[in-house]
Amino acid sequence: MSEASSYLAETELELGLGLSIGGPTGKINKASGRILTAKDFPVPRRASMNGGTPPSVTVSGTKRAADQSVPHDGGSPTATSQVVGWPPIRSYRMNSLVNNNQAKAPRAEEEHKGINEEEEEEEEDKAIKDGSKQKKPNENLGHIGFIKVNMDGIRIGRKVDLNAHSSYHSLASALENMFLRSAGAEKQQLTMPSKLLDGSSEFVLTYEDKEGDWMLVGDVPWMMFLTSVRRLRIMKTSEVNGLAPRFHERNRTQRSKLI
Amino acid sequence: MQKEMAYSFPDEVLKHVFSFIQSDKDRNAVSLVCKSWYEIERWCRRKVFIGNCYAVSPRMVIRRFPEVRSIELKGKPHFADFNLVPDGWGGYVLQWIAEMAGAYPWLGEIRLKRMVVTDESLELIAKSFKNFKVLVLFSCEGFSTDGLAAIAASCKNLRELDLRESEVDDLSGHWLAQFPETCTSLVSLNISCLGSDEVSFSALERLVDRCPNLRSLQLNRAVTLDKIANILRRAPQLVDFGTGNYAAELQPDVFSNLAGAFSSCKELKSLSGFWDVVPAYLPALYSICPRLTSLNLSYATIQSPDLIKLVSHCPRLQRLLVLDYVEDSGLEELASSCKDLQELRVFPSDPFGVEPNVSLTEQGLVAVSLGCPKLQSVLYFCRRMSNAALVTIAQNCPNLTRFRLCIIEPKTPDYLTLDPLDAGFGAIVEHCKDLRRLSLSGLLTDHVFEYIGTYGKKLEMLSVAFAGDSDLGLHHVLSGCESLRKLEIRDCPFGDKALLANAAKLETMRSLWMSSCAVSFGACKLLGQKMPKLNVEVIDETEPPDSRPESYPVDKLYIYRSVAGPRFDMPPFVWSMDEAVKILH
Repeated sequence: MSEASSYLAETELELGLGLSIGGPTGKINKASGRILTAKDFPVPRRASMNGGTPPSVTVSGTKRAADQSVPHDGGSPTATSQVVGWPPIRSYRMNSLVNNNQAKAPRAEEEHKGINEEEEEEEEDKAIKDGSKQKKPNENLGHIGFIKVNMDGIRIGRKVDLNAHSSYHSLASALENMFLRSAGAEKQQLTMPSKLLDGSSEFVLTYEDKEGDWMLVGDVPWMMFLTSVRRLRIMKTSEVNGLAPRFHERNRTQRSKLI
Repeated sequence: MQKEMAYSFPDEVLKHVFSFIQSDKDRNAVSLVCKSWYEIERWCRRKVFIGNCYAVSPRMVIRRFPEVRSIELKGKPHFADFNLVPDGWGGYVLQWIAEMAGAYPWLGEIRLKRMVVTDESLELIAKSFKNFKVLVLFSCEGFSTDGLAAIAASCKNLRELDLRESEVDDLSGHWLAQFPETCTSLVSLNISCLGSDEVSFSALERLVDRCPNLRSLQLNRAVTLDKIANILRRAPQLVDFGTGNYAAELQPDVFSNLAGAFSSCKELKSLSGFWDVVPAYLPALYSICPRLTSLNLSYATIQSPDLIKLVSHCPRLQRLLVLDYVEDSGLEELASSCKDLQELRVFPSDPFGVEPNVSLTEQGLVAVSLGCPKLQSVLYFCRRMSNAALVTIAQNCPNLTRFRLCIIEPKTPDYLTLDPLDAGFGAIVEHCKDLRRLSLSGLLTDHVFEYIGTYGKKLEMLSVAFAGDSDLGLHHVLSGCESLRKLEIRDCPFGDKALLANAAKLETMRSLWMSSCAVSFGACKLLGQKMPKLNVEVIDETEPPDSRPESYPVDKLYIYRSVAGPRFDMPPFVWSMDEAVKILH
């Protein structure tokens, strides 16, 4: 707990809600979230190859500079899980898998809650190495799935792949791009300034957590956010009253900026 | 000079003859014979397939084919399925609908794949086409249940409404009740993609009741097991059925009701759905299993013993989709029970786990290749592979037309020898002479591409990831694969040389996708300049490509042939390399 509050205190000074945070080291990330590819990870088993030339090309460039630290949870990194779009599984199927892995939401079919618990006990009795039923250390770090994002005033929601972001800043940038610059037949006039998350814009980024409560994004460390977020909503600041109390003890004066 | 045609038929006769020619390829060939055949053919073409909606404009299609009744369009590149194409990229159907609304009042069928369809588009369809019969939205997005309500309410003779794998915004559950009582024409309804609150079940029941020709019905996950029996009893003529949720507390009366309902469906050949399965309810299917030819259990988290039991009851199975819970043992059982098997897809249950959670290896696929001589189409996710296994599979199944292997960890070598898997995939392309589609994975050098270029003469679609050493790899493919139409590449060290050397080849293909490769911005510009019949589009979400030196690689590149010129609906993160557009930009 104290760790969390000091982590936030560091960044709070800069941007109010302290949402423009770079990864667990606390660095401010100037570049937008970089999409990591397998080039960022060393090949675990390297066969001796005929060609001799390494299979991957190291490309340097501001975009690909390896300065962005990847948040690992101490355990062995799940290299595959950090690569966008790999393994090649359609998001439709991925979301179904995610639903299998996560705890059922409270408002899901109540009558099935009992059945699923029964089922889970059966499976565990069979002692199956089923990753989807047992809690492995990196379980939900793997893939959160594509989270729905809705913005007040815009009918159709979008989806964002949280796995492609390693910080709140990168997520916020992506959302700004997504909603600020809609194109094609559905051009909308959005007058949303770029600072979505520091409390200075007329919109606020919120999320619904596992318990069904709506929280302000940025409260908790990024990894903790990933394990509890279910969906996002870009809410008008004027409607922010009534959000659930913060997850941990907070300085109440900070909060009053928004409400 | 001889007179060109000593014998010529009146137009009506030719028209009549042409009406028997359905395939696009044949129709295209007919239109090339001579000017008068071109003219006659274009007036009687009723069906148009456009594999890339940006390859041609609506106006051009309408101008050439004035009497179209059925259209199929595809939008985003295939890699959009894996989230590699940013949101907002394009693929909007509205303009097509708007133009066709005026030109094709008798349009009856619209089939779309990977396109953005808005409620406005759906409403326009509903009000513009009086004879509208078929709407298939495969993997589309951008619309809500309001749009569906418009379709349901207005399309009096709707036969097919298929929303498979689309993303629908749930606003109201009552759109299904918009089908008028007079609508009795439904033959196929697929709402499997809808979320919890999007379907009014009683409206669904009444709809099923009054549509005696309903052959294909796929329910969504929210429909509970106890409701299946009611639906099936109302539609015993079903051929293809998708359950919702297949989980409930085991109750004898529910079970026997369900089993009875299934057994009354004498035509049922294909099953899918099966979210959240309780294995105790699987025996309810046993009465129809002997007739089943297609079974999609790819969302069912049932374990190998239950899968084995089920599959052993299905000797006529031709198509099986399943999760890797089936394990090698389950696939061995499949190989011995299902000799008619043509298509197998095995999906990973825990794709991001570092350690395997199930015992599914290359052995399972080898067993199937041995036991199922008719095997044609494979999609297989696993964690290890060997060249020896691939060679065996290739030798056992020379009739393979589609082979997609995904070894989950990129660059995984042969687990026995630690060699690259070049030889294994080489054997696949060499032995399977009719191979049309191939997806590679594992550790691969330029050699595999040499094999592919040499032997893959019928190959139409190739997907490559984390493979190759140099431009030579790409060059082998572009210069050797004569039938190549679609090439998609990610994270490979392919740069400018092969691309520029084979620029002309790109005009013979539908499209090329390259992301996280080494193609420079300069090369993209050059390609755009030199090849006016290609649209060369650079995708970069972080900054404009010309804010960096020309030698810097682009993030993502999508090249496709087009007679419509560069598109005008590009979002800010897509740059066209077309000269004219650059000036305006």
